[in-house]
Amino acid sequence: MKAFSYDRAGSVNEALQLAARPDAKFIAGGTNLLDLMKLGIEAPVHLVDINRLGLDTIEPTAEGGLRIGALVRNADLAADMRIRRDYAVLARALVSGASGQLRNKATTAGNLLQRTRCPYFYNTDMPCNKRRPGSGCAAIGGLSHNLGVLGISDACIATHPSDMAVALRVLDATVEIAGARGAARTVPMADFHRLPGETPHLETALREGEMIVAVTLPPPMGGTQIYRKVRERASYAFATVSVALVAREGRIERVAFGGLAPKPWRVDANGSAGEVADAALAGARPTPDNGYKLDLARRTLAAALADAVRLEAGR
Amino acid sequence: MSDLFVTLRINGTDHALSLDPRVTLLDALREHLHFTGTKKGCDQGQCGACTVLVNGRRINSCLTLAVMHEGDEIQTIEGLGTPEHLHPMQQAFLERDGYQCGYCTPGQIMSAVAVLDEIERGVPSHVTHDIGAPPPLSDEEVRERMSGNLCRCSAYPNIIAAIRDVSGGAA
Amino acid sequence: MIGDGINRTEGPRKVAGQVPYSAERRDAGDPLHGFVRGAAIGSGRITEIDTTAAEAAPGVRLVLTHRNAPPQGDLADLGGLHDAKPELVDDRIVRYGQPVALVVADSFEQARAAAMLIEVSYDREPADFDFFAHAGGGEVQDVSAVGDFEQAFAEAPVSIDATYTTPYHFGHPMEPNAAIADWRDGHLTVYLTAQMLNQLLDGLALTLMLDKADITIDSAYVGGGFGSKIGLHCEAVLASLATRILERPVKLAMTRRQMFSLVGHRAASQSRIRLGATADGRLTALGHDAHVQTTIRDDWREPVANVARALYAAPNRLTRRSHVELDVGAPEPVRGPGELPGLMVFESAVDELAEKLGMDPVELRLRNDTQIDPEKNRPLNGRRLADCLREGAERFGWDDRPIVPASRRDGDWLIGYGVASSIRSHWQMATDVRVRIDPAGLVTVQSDMTDLGTGTYTIMAQVAASALNVPVEQVQVELGRTDHPKGWGSGGSWGSGNMSVATDRACSAVREKVFAAAGKGFNDIFAEVRRHFPNGVEAIGHTIGANDDPNYKAYSQFTYGASFAEVGVDAYTGEVRLRRMLGVFSFGRVLNAKTARSQLLGGMIWGVSAALHEGGDVDPRYGHWVNGDLAEYLIPTHADIPAIDAIVLDDFDEHANHMGVKGIGELGAGGTGGSVANAVYNATGVRVRDFPITLGRLLPGLIARG
Repeated sequence: MKAFSYDRAGSVNEALQLAARPDAKFIAGGTNLLDLMKLGIEAPVHLVDINRLGLDTIEPTAEGGLRIGALVRNADLAADMRIRRDYAVLARALVSGASGQLRNKATTAGNLLQRTRCPYFYNTDMPCNKRRPGSGCAAIGGLSHNLGVLGISDACIATHPSDMAVALRVLDATVEIAGARGAARTVPMADFHRLPGETPHLETALREGEMIVAVTLPPPMGGTQIYRKVRERASYAFATVSVALVAREGRIERVAFGGLAPKPWRVDANGSAGEVADAALAGARPTPDNGYKLDLARRTLAAALADAVRLEAGR
Repeated sequence: MSDLFVTLRINGTDHALSLDPRVTLLDALREHLHFTGTKKGCDQGQCGACTVLVNGRRINSCLTLAVMHEGDEIQTIEGLGTPEHLHPMQQAFLERDGYQCGYCTPGQIMSAVAVLDEIERGVPSHVTHDIGAPPPLSDEEVRERMSGNLCRCSAYPNIIAAIRDVSGGAA
Repeated sequence: MIGDGINRTEGPRKVAGQVPYSAERRDAGDPLHGFVRGAAIGSGRITEIDTTAAEAAPGVRLVLTHRNAPPQGDLADLGGLHDAKPELVDDRIVRYGQPVALVVADSFEQARAAAMLIEVSYDREPADFDFFAHAGGGEVQDVSAVGDFEQAFAEAPVSIDATYTTPYHFGHPMEPNAAIADWRDGHLTVYLTAQMLNQLLDGLALTLMLDKADITIDSAYVGGGFGSKIGLHCEAVLASLATRILERPVKLAMTRRQMFSLVGHRAASQSRIRLGATADGRLTALGHDAHVQTTIRDDWREPVANVARALYAAPNRLTRRSHVELDVGAPEPVRGPGELPGLMVFESAVDELAEKLGMDPVELRLRNDTQIDPEKNRPLNGRRLADCLREGAERFGWDDRPIVPASRRDGDWLIGYGVASSIRSHWQMATDVRVRIDPAGLVTVQSDMTDLGTGTYTIMAQVAASALNVPVEQVQVELGRTDHPKGWGSGGSWGSGNMSVATDRACSAVREKVFAAAGKGFNDIFAEVRRHFPNGVEAIGHTIGANDDPNYKAYSQFTYGASFAEVGVDAYTGEVRLRRMLGVFSFGRVLNAKTARSQLLGGMIWGVSAALHEGGDVDPRYGHWVNGDLAEYLIPTHADIPAIDAIVLDDFDEHANHMGVKGIGELGAGGTGGSVANAVYNATGVRVRDFPITLGRLLPGLIARG
């Protein structure tokens, strides 16, 4: 870990000013950033601690939704009764991620900004276009059983590891961003994460020096909400495939997949689980190692829909 | 870069330190204050051996910087009980043999204490069937919540038995 | 006293976090901190190494590379446990992650940062990293043949010919390998987390070119071993080199990621198993051809095929091993060497045979049980495999098993049962233990033995307390120092046999001395010691090695077990979840019912892990460990392990030793993985022969079955 200066910001404005320096980074939960700093993958020169900015409340919006402060911890968000009642897919996604300890620390904004778990990204001895643009992608042609099949490029086949983001995508959340000169803007979840294309190191819509201050949920959409996560052990593992589903009367209303792509993979399609899966997986480019993910995605969606039907029947 | 002054409040006692900002809470405890009950198993949030309570909540002390914890109440295994006066959870681990090598044990115990509190507070988990309802005190809930603490000796069944002894929870 | 499930004697301090593991030792004062920089390539040469920036970095005291490392003992041609393991010898890179530099600085943060500043250039050389590209082949070794296997197999009315693979495994104790080395006044003390001190001392002395008398290794508390702390590794060597140069204590701990490349792994294996049987299920031909990874330099060859040699009767038998030398680093023993992968695959094949015969898999195993070693023609002492199988079947409710695969459902879960046998060779090693009685009322037991969490501190106290008829609280067991009497440490499941025998004998010898002085009619041994031995009295007790014990020639010594598993497989996704499991074991006498059960349960969970979770992946292009951390190299979590139980058929094996004791460190794992794999087959009708059984391996079969 390279040496860095450490400052604790007292306000959003102060934080933005401190972050305006070259090679500055915010630290909140730190659960992803510090791991990457220890490995030399992230090497900020200035670290700006934003843990004391507030931004840790969940407030109703005028439109009837909820505005989640950027620093609301994953555990607190999952435990909030309004989230559990009206946005169950989000609560379920949150508790399926990481561990109790990590969820107590990880923040809403940090979860969105976490970086891929591609093992070639994690190994600094390997070429990686995300880590060192232009160095190549060692994952292509490597061992890729848990890497991406959708939205990938010839430069990068990494996936985004977040569960929370998949639920936010299906809920049509928006990300509220504060800029260096006090400018605020919002970005829909649909546009927040970028596809790699030729520039896999550019991962989100966040610009240099900007900060996420909140994530806003639209008014509750109702329906039966399911988050089904499939992984290689029962807990504390990243998704192989996950499905965030909103169903109504046994029909798929909205669905997004995790574990398949560099961003939550939302598909706007109607019909049976099979038809929706076909639409979602159109254009998939599996490697020799991860073709099974296509079948798994299909069957996980069917399982999620069956869960929803059961849940509705039980009401 | 120069060291920073920080006061860490550990098990109710203030400790004034001058620290390289890179020092994690875990290394501050182990290397600077010699609270070596908190263990380094992976140093990257993947094993739970470093679990401590900060303001009553369990976290991985390896993935947070010591300088970020000025003013926080930090509790470590040393603050839970001593060999002569064990906390009920420590006593239960002893009686149930909820450990073998003992290295992941302080993290398991700190986590176990926090897990019972989280269930009491109604925090849901991945296996909470009705996400809108208070979670039950079941073995299934405890297992899921303890899953951030790996044990390679694989004392898992005995750890769950120890926690059950303390909680009075049903299987 | 012996056999009682008392709490671990060091337990109160362990649960209070007050036991100091190696990197936590304060004996040497504040240490400097080391950090290893590993090679970025798998094979080749260092062409340039620039340490200027690292040397100039804050707090840095020393940067060692092959250019300035002190001379060390030579690497043996075919290195074993007692041999030198020099580090930073030359510019040659033989495995990914091999140390190319050591940085020592005032703080851990400084050392780690400086290690990243070293610029290394390499010339890659062609290399072979891909085990699974080598199907069989290589020189055939370790052949055991009885009768005419090929002919019997060809003529067998019912036969199985199946090939299985198991991946690389790592021990990954929760305490990473670590050392504090302290050179002062011409003596080196190494606080090292280790399993077998005696061998390590030999290897370290040869490496450092020091007299063994000038080195003490202290390994009082060990945070798990599982094989990864048997060999001499770079933490001990590099920390020792550095402390001799700097004359300050130096701490060097491996990071978890470094544990993949700086400690050895269990070799990957491929097994072709051929079984021939009569229509009523009597084995006529038993063949196991194992193929394992090794390197050009090392002598450890995972004995995968050996497990079948005494497991079942069959008149015609052929078991043998070949190997391929790859550039992925040295394999080392990992818990259950040979038998964990070997039994998992062999017992899968037995299950396949039962299926083909239309026979109950328990019945097939019982039908081929034997009391005579089928290859050595001598009694299998204490063999209660059949009792384990019967008792387990009864308690588990085996009668209720789904006889037809994929025939039982619980909601979306496909339910299956599986069974497997376990066998583990029992061995005994020459061991000395010192027992001393002090007039103040304390019995001290000393050995260079270690306690990895196995319960050694506790069982030795129980044996001594029992032999001397004193309360266990008055026995102090001191382990883990090379200046204590020598044994063979923790490994090979021999610890409890070696230690209980020598401890009991030492107690007898001390008691004899007291008898000689006081006569036999006393009540309080401490009172007699106070009267007759004001300075205390002590004696050494000895365990003779198996090679010198006629019982180990007259009998084939093993321990036994049977494992029963029930799994659920999600019908949609193929996710496998263990639902319950029972192990029944027979291994002679139990020394502590509580710690024995714990060790067996832990072993069983290793079996679950091998069947469903664990496997190290090597990139065949670069030779590095791809899934090189605990988020990617998966071991079970709490949520993966439901209520499981281990039952012991308590016994006394008089042919093993006078204490009736054999070991259990490896037995719990045994064939457990096979029982899980067989349950997956029973649940789904899909046989996965490549371990672990992952989603990508199970799902295609599940889909094909519809």
